[in-house]
Amino acid sequence: MKKTAFYGALAVAGLAASTASAATLDDVKARGVLNCGVTTGLVGFASPDANGVWNGFDVGVCRAVAAAVLGDSDAVEFVPTTGKTRFTALASGEIDMLARNTTWTFSRDVDLKFEFVGINYYDGQGFMVPRDLGVASAKDLDGATVCIQTGTTTELNLADFFRANGISYEPVPVETNAEAQVQYVAGACDVYTTDASGLAATRASFETPGDHVLLPEIISKEPLGPLVRHGDNDWGDIVRWSLNALIAAEELGVTSANIEELGAAPTGNPEINRLLGTEGELGAMLGLDADWAKNAIAAGGNYGELFEKNVGENTPIGLARGLNAQWTDGGLLYAPPFR
Amino acid sequence: MVDRTIAFVRTEDVPAMPPPPNAAGPVKWLKDNLFATPANSVLTILAILAIYMILTGTVPWMLNGIWEAPSLAACREVLNGASGACFAVLAERWNQLLFGFQYPADLYWRPGLAFLLLFLAAAPVLFFDLPRKLLLFTALYPFIAYWLIWGGSIFGPLLALVGIVAGALFYQRFVKSSFALGFFGAIATALIVWTLGGYIIPDGEIAEGAMRSVQSRDLGGFMLNMMLGVTCVSLSLPIGIALALGRQSSMPIIKYICVIFIEFIRGVPLITLLFVANVMLGYFFPPGSGVDLFLRVVIMITMFSAAYIAEVIRGGLAALPKGQYEAADSLGLDYAQAMRLIILPQALKISIPGIVNVAVGLFKDTTLVSVISMFDLVGMIRGPILASVEWQGVYWELFGFAALLFFIVCYGISQYSQWLERRLATDHR
Repeated sequence: MKKTAFYGALAVAGLAASTASAATLDDVKARGVLNCGVTTGLVGFASPDANGVWNGFDVGVCRAVAAAVLGDSDAVEFVPTTGKTRFTALASGEIDMLARNTTWTFSRDVDLKFEFVGINYYDGQGFMVPRDLGVASAKDLDGATVCIQTGTTTELNLADFFRANGISYEPVPVETNAEAQVQYVAGACDVYTTDASGLAATRASFETPGDHVLLPEIISKEPLGPLVRHGDNDWGDIVRWSLNALIAAEELGVTSANIEELGAAPTGNPEINRLLGTEGELGAMLGLDADWAKNAIAAGGNYGELFEKNVGENTPIGLARGLNAQWTDGGLLYAPPFR
Repeated sequence: MVDRTIAFVRTEDVPAMPPPPNAAGPVKWLKDNLFATPANSVLTILAILAIYMILTGTVPWMLNGIWEAPSLAACREVLNGASGACFAVLAERWNQLLFGFQYPADLYWRPGLAFLLLFLAAAPVLFFDLPRKLLLFTALYPFIAYWLIWGGSIFGPLLALVGIVAGALFYQRFVKSSFALGFFGAIATALIVWTLGGYIIPDGEIAEGAMRSVQSRDLGGFMLNMMLGVTCVSLSLPIGIALALGRQSSMPIIKYICVIFIEFIRGVPLITLLFVANVMLGYFFPPGSGVDLFLRVVIMITMFSAAYIAEVIRGGLAALPKGQYEAADSLGLDYAQAMRLIILPQALKISIPGIVNVAVGLFKDTTLVSVISMFDLVGMIRGPILASVEWQGVYWELFGFAALLFFIVCYGISQYSQWLERRLATDHR
């Protein structure tokens, strides 16, 4: 009972302290380290290697922000979060930003009081079937047994899709991706459905990936992006424009290979100059150094380089750019102008 | 005349004949034990068949195991379609499985040493034939282990020790005159020593060198399971005894505090308590401060198992005949003496199997911390290792390894408890 009173007192003190806390940017600078929330492990997006160094596509975003703010892409404390703890970790201030393949939805943005700063991966729910099944389209799946993770939006999307097309299916509920993988390989279900990036990663772990095909239908929108808390727009701007810098760099042809050369002196392209800080005052407007974007891009390369290194076609996961190509290549990536 | 001479008289014993082959030796054993009745025979054959099928599946798989490969794909290449385990994942991620992926690699000797010293510290508690002086080391062990695992300045653990010693001295000095004065005075003394010492000693963080500080969030692997298991079991036993006695108390406030605590904790799943520890307390404390996550989890698991142990011990207390309590009273013993000398030794002996049951369950429950993103052994497997590009898709090898480690510890606990029961068997049944 005494303990409760003690916690109660601490809670009051804590609320008082948190309302009085300074801006996130000042906190991060004072700490010298960016606290970035990531998954506890998702193939290609975030996982520590044998030496404990975090790698992955989401990790690349964290490192870019750290490089932009602190000038050091290793000044990141990666805080692993599960699907259940991620939002409270962000809301309570344990982490400064969350880059954990989180779908941007209305209620998360508005009701949970977060601010999605952009989209770093356009995902969508897809289907995987064994090649032997001879199915070319998801509309041919009438009467199929489908492995599906319970309690996720994928379950609802699946029901909608089958009802809209007037076909039936039999769900095989599973708890985790690992369980689904085992069930699917054992033949307990004809079809496995989850986010397309997850399907590709799952297929890559099979003994014979070629025996399984991903169907062309994508039945839901899953825009994944980094997010920050409501209430500190300056910090939100920094994360947003760090991500935009990566995307714009690809569009402008700025890569980790040529960035030193391009950033050394003003070039013929004024937008590159503004981006890399050789012209204009963009860094100062964010409260950062002039070479903030240069550091962010140098951390792991531009968006395209990050994609290719972590999840692209030359990795075992082998994702095509698809929707995640630049708008100039028919994709959806479209960074607002740097001016 | 009939010649009555006897044709043959045996003068020595007939050598003993061996028993018929089906009445002795392995055949008889088989007949008695495996094929006694038709039903028995059928079951035997089915069992042999099942064992055979399991072995033909697993033995080649184990013997074919690959111990050196950089990834699952490389393993499969070496195996070339044959059945075989990919134990290479254990070899490559060995340190991560034992210590987590964030503990500094050059400091692995520190938790290793703490683990070895644990045996030395636990021995005099577990085996009471050993010299009692060894208990002195047991008393020091928590501070040594804390210092070894978390590192930092030695002054922190030293100050904690000094505070407790000061409290104990105060208690010894004043408990004769009044228990309440001794007890609460001791707590106050310890708090005063800690507060004053906090101002005097330098900041505990050390950034460099062999004893540099390690953060709690960097702990992981089987080390974390062991730490949680050992800490929580050793804390929850005394708290559980206190709760069990409190529940039988004749003082209504103490009694109802204990009853409500026990019933509330037993009515809530452990995983809920862990979420409270991780998530809810995060809202209460100001960002960046607050109680260490490891400590929060220890408090929650300890509360949980203490409530269960309290009920087990209450069962032991209830099993004692009323005559024992009356005998203690008639000898003129006060409450503390009666409990210490007569009631508890018997009640605890009866409760051993139940306590061990809770301890084994608690140790396995420490894997639940993986849901609040602490990387214990199971968390390491489910998170970082299965999510790496190299090793996703390896299940049997990793979870088999985890099962083996847990089996060794739990089987050890259960063997010890059986030894203890035999050792304490003083009744004549």
